[in-house]
Amino acid sequence: MKDPLIYGMMAEFDNVNDAIIAARRTYAAGYRKLDAYSPFPVEELAEAIGFHKNGVALVCLIGGLLGCTAAFTLQWWINNVSYPINIGGRPLNSWPSFIIVTFEMTILFSGLSAVFGMLTLNGLPMPYHPVFNVPRFELASKDRFFLVIFASDKNYDGVRTRQFLEGLNPISVAEVPS
Amino acid sequence: MAESLRMAKPTEVEIGEQKAPVIAPGHTFASITDKIASIVLRRPITNGWLFGFAICFLILQWFLLAVCWLFYKGVGVWGVNIPVGWGFAIVNFVWWIGIGHAGTLISAILLLLRQSWRNSINRFAEAMTLFAVACAGMFPLLHLGRPWLFYWLFPYPNTMTYWPQFRSPLVWDVFAVSTYLTISLVFWFIGLIPDLASMRDQTTNKALKFVYGSLAMGWRNSVRHWHRYETAYLLLAGLATPLVLSVHTVVSFDFSIGIVPGWHTTIFPPYFVAGAIYSGFAMVLVLAIPIRRFYDIKDFITDRHLENAAMVMLATGWIVAYGYAIEAFVNWYGGDPYETFLRWNRLHGPYALSYYLLLLTNIVVPQILWVKRIRTNSIWLFFVSLDVLVGMWLERFIIVVVSLTRDFVPSSFGQYYPTWNDWSILAGTLGFFAACMFLFLRLLPAVSISELKTLIPQAEVTVKHEEEVHS
Repeated sequence: MKDPLIYGMMAEFDNVNDAIIAARRTYAAGYRKLDAYSPFPVEELAEAIGFHKNGVALVCLIGGLLGCTAAFTLQWWINNVSYPINIGGRPLNSWPSFIIVTFEMTILFSGLSAVFGMLTLNGLPMPYHPVFNVPRFELASKDRFFLVIFASDKNYDGVRTRQFLEGLNPISVAEVPS
Repeated sequence: MAESLRMAKPTEVEIGEQKAPVIAPGHTFASITDKIASIVLRRPITNGWLFGFAICFLILQWFLLAVCWLFYKGVGVWGVNIPVGWGFAIVNFVWWIGIGHAGTLISAILLLLRQSWRNSINRFAEAMTLFAVACAGMFPLLHLGRPWLFYWLFPYPNTMTYWPQFRSPLVWDVFAVSTYLTISLVFWFIGLIPDLASMRDQTTNKALKFVYGSLAMGWRNSVRHWHRYETAYLLLAGLATPLVLSVHTVVSFDFSIGIVPGWHTTIFPPYFVAGAIYSGFAMVLVLAIPIRRFYDIKDFITDRHLENAAMVMLATGWIVAYGYAIEAFVNWYGGDPYETFLRWNRLHGPYALSYYLLLLTNIVVPQILWVKRIRTNSIWLFFVSLDVLVGMWLERFIIVVVSLTRDFVPSSFGQYYPTWNDWSILAGTLGFFAACMFLFLRLLPAVSISELKTLIPQAEVTVKHEEEVHS
């Protein structure tokens, strides 16, 4: 049943509401390995295919804590251990003056973690992806919405999946070569 | 996050009868993509663009000559002296970095405040931020005297067993500005990724497809990707908001931690931040007004945008005016003889003319923005914005030069005159900035395609929740 040359079955929709309804029906029909594509962020569409939570915020938090700790520790170590200077008897660990750099490094690390975490979790950069084998797919960045059921789904069947997608009121249905 | 922050409710889009819409009616997803992408992909290079770019490029060459001369001779070719060690370099640094603030304000703070009108101006405002911060960054580097040793500013293990002084505001500034540049760059680039994918799909040129495709990194508009993307974008906005406020605060610490009269004051952080946003929005208008006219995108940058920017200028202008008033009041109420002398010196000293010009350009002239007809007239707005840019430059000139020329002891009083090299480098950064903007307009989508799509009625999700599916 599994054909290694087939990546999945793609349906095209011309408005966001049809795409959401179709995605919900597909999910309700038991398909789990599926993805949807839209020219702008549509939260309902992500939820319709069963994608509710992502790990970006956690990565960002970890990055921020790391930046914060590293920056403060570095300043403390420089001023207390590596290069202590006694200026008029003032304390070596003058922590209030370390706060600004600590703050900036917290922002820098958490921001970069959010960005690179997002890219990594999304699997980008990705030079090749099978969905682009369907010529109409380039409209996904313009004005069309796409739903793809992957061939790796246990319910996938070349004929029945195509019939199922055709019943969802799409503009076109196409097989995605891998 | 039940709904995306950038997703405007239709009521927000058509907020009232008398206000212009944030996007002209009648647009579809396809027409937005076509219109913005065609500026880059299909519009021929006009003589006007070539002429403008050529002039900026020439100024940039002049700048390079001036910098070569500076490196050859040293900072002595500038007008800096003892007591005025800072001069134009710091005036211009503070001015440029202030201009950069509007981009982050528009992209981050207005996003968090759900101001959907920002969606059509954030892209070029962020580009403006990047170029302005790049211009700003040049000045401290050139001012170093030995700019090739700039990396001494960063903490790294070295053979001198030596570290930067982390108690110094100048070191804080290095961290604040470099963080700001980095975060602004990734914020701008992340915003560009979906649009680069649009450009990749729109172009028929193989080479361009390769370039845009590489930059888009294989973005395929998957809703899972969008979901993480939106989280990352929102987090960046949340992080950039305190960051942008901290940057000019730290810049103001460079002054306010010193004891020089006119610098040692607690009003500086908020007053600097407000001034930064004031000049930043002025620069946004100076750029937006010609861009929307020459590239025919008045559908996306409407009169509503111009009016909102004008109102932000009016509000921040008043915060700046309040700063001037509080400075004068504290000078008088504090009774410190040096501060009292500073007040006299600003009004009657050798640079008095610049102080009167400052009051005129920064406080008096912008009051015409109270008139709605001026706020909605792009010619008037353009000139008021230029006026504010001059005013904010004068403010930094007065803070740096007037205070330093006459501080405590008359025997150490001095005078400061900028030289041709000072002026060339200031003009040169303007040329650099404008040349970058010219290139940006031709190479990248100047308005965010994917974010604009969320503003039109077709983007509205009307289906109800799960129950309907099974009925």
